[in-house]
Amino acid sequence: MARTTTLPFRQGSSKGLRRFFEVPDGAYRGVLGAVAALFAILLLAFVTSMVIQSRSAFAHFGLSFLTTTKWDPVHARFGALAFIVGTLETTFIATLVAIPIGLGCALALAFVIPRRLQMPLGSAVELLAAVPSVVYGLWGLLVLGPWMREYIEPTLAHITGGHFPFSGPQIGPGLLLAGLLLSIMVLPTMVAISRDVLMAVPETEIEAAFALGATRWQVMRKVIVPGARTGIVGATTLATGRALGETIAVTMVIGNTPALAHSLFSTGATMASVIANEFTEATEPYHLASLIAVGVLLLVVSVLVNLAARLAVRSVGRNRAIGVGLV
Amino acid sequence: MSPVCFGAKSSARRAVRALPIAIFAFSVLLVAGSPLAASAKAKKATDPYAKNDLHAPAGTLTGAGSTFDQPFFTRAFYEYNKANPGVTVNYASIGSGGGIQQFQGQTVSFGASDVPMSPVDIAAATGGQVLQVPVALGGEAMSYNLPGVKSGLKLTGPVIADIELGQVKTWNDAKIKSLNPGVKLPSNPIVTVHRSDGSGTTYIFTNYLSTVSPAWASGPGTGKSVSWPVGIGEKGNEGVAGFVKETPYSFGYVELDYAIANNFAYAKVKNAAGKYVSPTPKTVAADAAQKPDITAVDFSIVNEPGVQSYPISGYSWLLVYELQKNQNVGTTLVDVLDWLTHAGQSQAAALDYVPLPANIQQLARTTLLQVTGPDGKTQLLTTS
Repeated sequence: MARTTTLPFRQGSSKGLRRFFEVPDGAYRGVLGAVAALFAILLLAFVTSMVIQSRSAFAHFGLSFLTTTKWDPVHARFGALAFIVGTLETTFIATLVAIPIGLGCALALAFVIPRRLQMPLGSAVELLAAVPSVVYGLWGLLVLGPWMREYIEPTLAHITGGHFPFSGPQIGPGLLLAGLLLSIMVLPTMVAISRDVLMAVPETEIEAAFALGATRWQVMRKVIVPGARTGIVGATTLATGRALGETIAVTMVIGNTPALAHSLFSTGATMASVIANEFTEATEPYHLASLIAVGVLLLVVSVLVNLAARLAVRSVGRNRAIGVGLV
Repeated sequence: MSPVCFGAKSSARRAVRALPIAIFAFSVLLVAGSPLAASAKAKKATDPYAKNDLHAPAGTLTGAGSTFDQPFFTRAFYEYNKANPGVTVNYASIGSGGGIQQFQGQTVSFGASDVPMSPVDIAAATGGQVLQVPVALGGEAMSYNLPGVKSGLKLTGPVIADIELGQVKTWNDAKIKSLNPGVKLPSNPIVTVHRSDGSGTTYIFTNYLSTVSPAWASGPGTGKSVSWPVGIGEKGNEGVAGFVKETPYSFGYVELDYAIANNFAYAKVKNAAGKYVSPTPKTVAADAAQKPDITAVDFSIVNEPGVQSYPISGYSWLLVYELQKNQNVGTTLVDVLDWLTHAGQSQAAALDYVPLPANIQQLARTTLLQVTGPDGKTQLLTTS
């Protein structure tokens, strides 16, 4: 499908538009340079002001800001560990659930289901991306939450006999609910990008594999997926990024308790959720500085995750060898 | 850099190439649009005052702060504008903290906060003496979702504190049972829920708990955000209300109007006079009327005496500078705020807020009478 789509730029009507942008090279380069610089400056200003405003919190609490979980605005004691861990946990759950489902869905959309169903089903998945976060949050709180409490959590607890990781009270809101909701929210990103890169795998390679007698499943597993590996890692990175920073929906379903979880049913809190919760009413200086400090940490964690993903893409790209191991 | 060409094979690459153009066009729009918009806005804001009409209130006022006040203010200012078409009040419900900051920096005509400004906050105000006026009254219902138990479960302050401290864990705990003989209480754990966002609602509730329970006062204490020993946090009154509605055996505090709107079961709470009282606009007002001499420092009205008083209640506050730098803006401002704290209170009642008792309305007027023009002498509020 993607093979037949073209961007509007290719079409005749945009020729006038193209001519419009045919300005002297120097001016063009100058303008682009200015725009690029503008973004670099914005980013720098943004980071600088956040660091300055959070400095008093880092200076006052030192390393304990990163290693303690006590978050007590009344007595001005702040530690962000529970939020850092909560963010990583929910993101991990979301990614873990979204990768197999997203990849399966992308494969199905690209190669399995009948061609005339590809468009409507594909659009349906992409439409999920257009649903506002707050709607996901409401649905999570009012529909998925009670459903978790009544059916999913008791079932999971039954499977492990009430032991880790499915122990403790079953109330609905918590890490598992937040993680599952996030996985639904990142699925469209995962599916849309994966489908496009899967369809970009050269047809000649696929046909060659079929010619060697490979089954459909073998072709998918050994030719198409490995061929699209770089793109799939990229899709996962984008999905992870969205899960890390997602705020309002998570706030509504995670339970907002700044403590380390001992079970997937436990309530928790994330860096984004605590900022959303407390920023508007934070009037004490250390409280405000600590919240901004959490924002700085969120930025750091996001950058680290992005870097890790880039490294992954690079190593995957290097080992890329289509069709290796095909029986 | 490769030369610009549009024949690249990958559609993604083409999209990337189109991106700078789009961004550039967008930035141009932004840059070109903003001064135009700003100057248009400035015109709108200054023109009415330029006419120098001293009598009819006119112009645009801006306020910022408390989200608790927002539904009331929106309705009230709309009604005021209908009666006085020359006056528009724009209120931004950015939260009390933000409201105080905007007010300190004099970027708004007035601020609104769920808790009065502290002496430290006032010291950082750049516009001189600060006046704080009670503007809205709220009560909090202890709502619960107990299958088979209707509204009217009896609770005392110390027992509510024990539940919130995690010492009373189940609904059939002896402490709850002894208050409710004859009520069939289940053995399920109590799922407590509180506000996760900083809020005046939480301030009033924790203020009440600190008043009735020494263990709470020396533990979590009083604040807009506190470190809760147990329970889960939900954002906003609507979040807590939604959770209580959906979760059997849950228990939490919500603004009275939310409890009424959702038809929740709520507890009767024992007041200082030893009576079990249901939260209603009348009982909350009765509690507030017990303390006519509130100030911005001594503003707590929880657990007041009086047989009718419902003990969990509190005010939201307006912030204004005593000295107004513009005679006309100041006159309009005090006129609007005086209306808001008197006739405008009927708009609050329509939204299930509790109207200010008469003696507090009087206090509001006395405070607003202290507002002066730029000379520091001329009183701006004229009451007929």
